Amino acid sequence: MSVIALAGNQNSGKTTLYNKLTGSNQHVGNFPGVTIEKKEGQLKKYKDISIVDLPGIYSLSPYTMEEVVTRDFLLKDKPDLILNIVDATNIERNLYLTLQLMELSIPMVIALNMMDEVTASGNSIDVQRLSSHLGIPVVPISASKGEGIPELIDVVIRSIKENSSPKKHDFCIGEVHKAIHSISHLIYDQAEAAGYPPRFAATKLVEGDGPTFKSLKITENQMHIIEHVVKDMEEALKTDREAALADMRYCYIEKICSEAVVKKQETKEQQRSEKIDEVLTHKYFGIPIFLGIMFFIFWMTFNVIGAPLQEVLEEGIALFTEATSNAMIAFDVSDWIYSLVIDGIYAGVGSVLSFLPLIVILFFFLSLLEDSGYMARVAFLMDKLLRKIGLSGRSFVPMLIGFGCSVPAIMATRTLASERDRKMTIILTPFMSCSAKLPIYGMITVAFFPDNAATVMIGLYILGIAVAVLSGLLLKNTIFKGEPVPFVMELPAYRIPTRRSVLIHMWEKAKDFIQRAFTVIFLGTIIIWFLQSFNWSFDMVEDSSNSILAFLGSLVSPIFIPLGFNDWRASTALITGLTAKEAVVSTLSVLTGVVTDVELSEVLFTVFTPLSAFAFLTFTLLYMPCIAAFAATKRELNSMKYAILTALFQTATAYVVGAIVYQIGSLFLGG
Amino acid sequence: MTLDSIKPGQGGVISSIGGQGLLRRRLLDMGLTPNTRVRVRKVAPMGDPIELSLRSYVLTIRKDEAAKIELKEVFDI
Repeated sequence: MSVIALAGNQNSGKTTLYNKLTGSNQHVGNFPGVTIEKKEGQLKKYKDISIVDLPGIYSLSPYTMEEVVTRDFLLKDKPDLILNIVDATNIERNLYLTLQLMELSIPMVIALNMMDEVTASGNSIDVQRLSSHLGIPVVPISASKGEGIPELIDVVIRSIKENSSPKKHDFCIGEVHKAIHSISHLIYDQAEAAGYPPRFAATKLVEGDGPTFKSLKITENQMHIIEHVVKDMEEALKTDREAALADMRYCYIEKICSEAVVKKQETKEQQRSEKIDEVLTHKYFGIPIFLGIMFFIFWMTFNVIGAPLQEVLEEGIALFTEATSNAMIAFDVSDWIYSLVIDGIYAGVGSVLSFLPLIVILFFFLSLLEDSGYMARVAFLMDKLLRKIGLSGRSFVPMLIGFGCSVPAIMATRTLASERDRKMTIILTPFMSCSAKLPIYGMITVAFFPDNAATVMIGLYILGIAVAVLSGLLLKNTIFKGEPVPFVMELPAYRIPTRRSVLIHMWEKAKDFIQRAFTVIFLGTIIIWFLQSFNWSFDMVEDSSNSILAFLGSLVSPIFIPLGFNDWRASTALITGLTAKEAVVSTLSVLTGVVTDVELSEVLFTVFTPLSAFAFLTFTLLYMPCIAAFAATKRELNSMKYAILTALFQTATAYVVGAIVYQIGSLFLGG
Repeated sequence: MTLDSIKPGQGGVISSIGGQGLLRRRLLDMGLTPNTRVRVRKVAPMGDPIELSLRSYVLTIRKDEAAKIELKEVFDI
């Protein structure tokens, strides 16, 4: 079994190439211990060759998780070949990573992507010359059009067989060269012992790379020598070590490019992008256009396409449920099995599955935004707003989607470039009031605030945002303390998304969601069903007010005294709300035993006062999201422990804010 | 003169990169090295970040970060 590592910059067409090279047989997981996605697939027609898609990175520096993960993978798993994808329209910056990868002494092939765009604009790249300069095979391709892919596969197969590492790494000149060479002799044996290619280790030591010092177990004596060598180099070059190495690499790249690249003008795509940006990131129109686009996506997803599809699916599930129900009655199965299947599994998983159309459609639009290059512009437009809470503009879109549904919003954090931002966004997004909470707001406001319904609802939305901002500040200064990942982001040229990559993206999200619907969500709904349908002697109950759930509800209800309500029906409704937030409404009406809305309003007055009703709404707004969103959180954080901590944080926040609302409110209203 | 103080449409040649740690390394990695020509293309609607063009690609950085980039030559394009 041979392993190919696919490495390259972000926006270099890496995912497109990966999809072209692999068939449907993909495995998506995470790198150990982090939320960074690891995709593995088979090279088409070659069952014994697998391809690992590494995170899109610009450098092998030790600072970001993505870079560390890539480095560790390349150093420890030792793939048989590195397939380095290079964007030909942006060759200088792409080759910067190439030079670093070449130091790893692993056989390498360069896929020179977007060559079609280079030639179409009258520019040219001398592939032969580039290849002989770097000492590794270079294959021109167009990943999106599929051009050059068979040739690329041939070269890759041949290189794996030959197994020859890049021989050339004397792209260093003068003082840096001197420093790297003397250190390379000094640490040669330790590097070999630690499994580091000596040349790579020496470069990293000159650069002052912490992890390498540790891995090689550099002695104090060696440390002195290294620092001395570096100091000489710094003095001779009149710059520091990091700048010296970056400068050296770029100087070498400029030299190669001056010989191999003829660039008469910017590519057509780059020129077109500049024109599109004149409108889309316009000083006055940029933000309104963005809001317009998001409104359109929401409207299409939740109204035009999503809602009818959701209805169709719900009807389908209902028909299926009925058929099963009839069959079970015909076979005369016991009551509890009937209830488990119909009230538990079908009702629970069915209600969650009906979200599927929304998720697929939303991700259709999101992958258009992402693949076209517009998402980077959104980050550019919105960065200033999110900076204060320690996030960057990139988190804006997931948070906005949170107003529709937390599940796709949490799933959408996958595209965030930094792990820290991703975690923080996952924690804060559920504070954005999702659409499933609207029926609860509706029920309570009709009963208690009929004259101020709109004000109360808008107030809740604003409260959610305010809590997110405050929590963001809190997290930024506590657990997410330290240097945030800097906002230094490429704005890639706009490109037309390929149908294949959009479809694959939608399919992946759908598969992900269905898998969760039948695992975590399945389990969760069965537990709630069990608690709701049985009493302590494990007999089925007719009236759910005798159930274990009701007992638990009454057990926890005193906890809510600071929030102004102490009623087992309210606390039970909050528990069932974990399956889906709408369930709060149905539970309240079932437990209060009322049928009409008018009756419900009357009964609610026995449960709440207007103020405690508002505290109840506040709690509903902020407490842990439904089990589908919880499952998404677990999946994206790649840890049950952190998912539970996140849920606890959200619930604690809800409790504190709810109590503050009630207590301060009582001061003014006298209870 | 630092990169944050020039107007859209103006460009310059980098003389040095200040700052430290991750941020500085990221700037260097992205090709903002001494003697590189860089052009300011745009300022975001809310006044920050800014959009740069260098090494035939487009990069966006915040003004705080641009303030750490020292220019030795400034020109209009």
